Amino acid sequence: MDLTEQQIERYSRHILLQQVGYEGQLKIAQGKVLIIGAGGLGAPAALYLAAAGVGTIGIIDADVVDITNLQRQVIHHTPDIGVPKVTSAANKIAEINPDVRVIQYHSWFNPDNALQIISDYDFIIDGTDNFPTKFLINDACVMVGKAFSHGGILRFEGQTFTHIPGTACYRCIFPKVPPKNLVPTCSQAGVLGSIAGMLGTIQATEALKYILGIGDLLTNKLLVFNALNMQFRTVPVKKNDNCPVCGTNPSITELVMEEQAVCELKTK
Amino acid sequence: MIHTIDITKEHCPMTFVKTKIKLAQIAQGDLLEVTLKAGEPLENVPRSAAEQGFIVLETKQLHDDVYQVTIQK
Repeated sequence: MDLTEQQIERYSRHILLQQVGYEGQLKIAQGKVLIIGAGGLGAPAALYLAAAGVGTIGIIDADVVDITNLQRQVIHHTPDIGVPKVTSAANKIAEINPDVRVIQYHSWFNPDNALQIISDYDFIIDGTDNFPTKFLINDACVMVGKAFSHGGILRFEGQTFTHIPGTACYRCIFPKVPPKNLVPTCSQAGVLGSIAGMLGTIQATEALKYILGIGDLLTNKLLVFNALNMQFRTVPVKKNDNCPVCGTNPSITELVMEEQAVCELKTK
Repeated sequence: MIHTIDITKEHCPMTFVKTKIKLAQIAQGDLLEVTLKAGEPLENVPRSAAEQGFIVLETKQLHDDVYQVTIQK
């Protein structure tokens, strides 16, 4: 595989980097990233990964674009209201970078399709807004041995970590889904739109580092930030031998969607 | 082995991008003779090459404002 003259110009700012170079750009072009949720986190992640020239981007989301999404889900524009998010995202990616192959999954990520879908990708980005799916992504990635980036945002805060096989997983840190109604979803609690961009772009950066094999990933540490005082902290976390999914004697051996409080705003 | 590249028609930063790609394609220890213009390219290309771990062996004037820089991978 070679880059065309036009691609060399397009990716020149990557090629200039010592840690990327021509070979690195070829790795990016061969990279396959799955984005679960084309929302606040998935939107900026998809935009930057597309611009970076990631060869294959899979996007899974069953929703259609709603006017309330536009404050932070920057891949969707006003004329996209009512359009499936995967279609809207794929259209923008095609405009940004026709080199990218987009695979659309217009459905929810669930225990029936999880393993099959993730098996086609190198790296998975959790851009979901609910705990049951976050746990499902974790469990599926641990079972198949895939690297993923966890991300969550609320109000003015964000948190993220990266898992690769052998490092702490989401259940090592949070063993189970929080009790019903204890933790509000974004739509109940509000979120500053730009926070989504801050976190989604960190996730995209982790995906690129993983594909390139450079730097230190956010493994065995949880990055948390509060945008009100703009403080970032990294909290060390450990792989737990008693983890229900990645421990030495796991109790979770098949995928299930755990229950969580239904968001009241969405059921109105 | 000695390879050549002419970047006199390129502008920053494509001058170094093209040089870097050529360097990526040649074998370790091989030489690359880069033909470039005086001014920005002559100042920046050898400096960038050295920064990224290549060895700048020689710079010579070919004619007028055209120079040749020899870089070893």
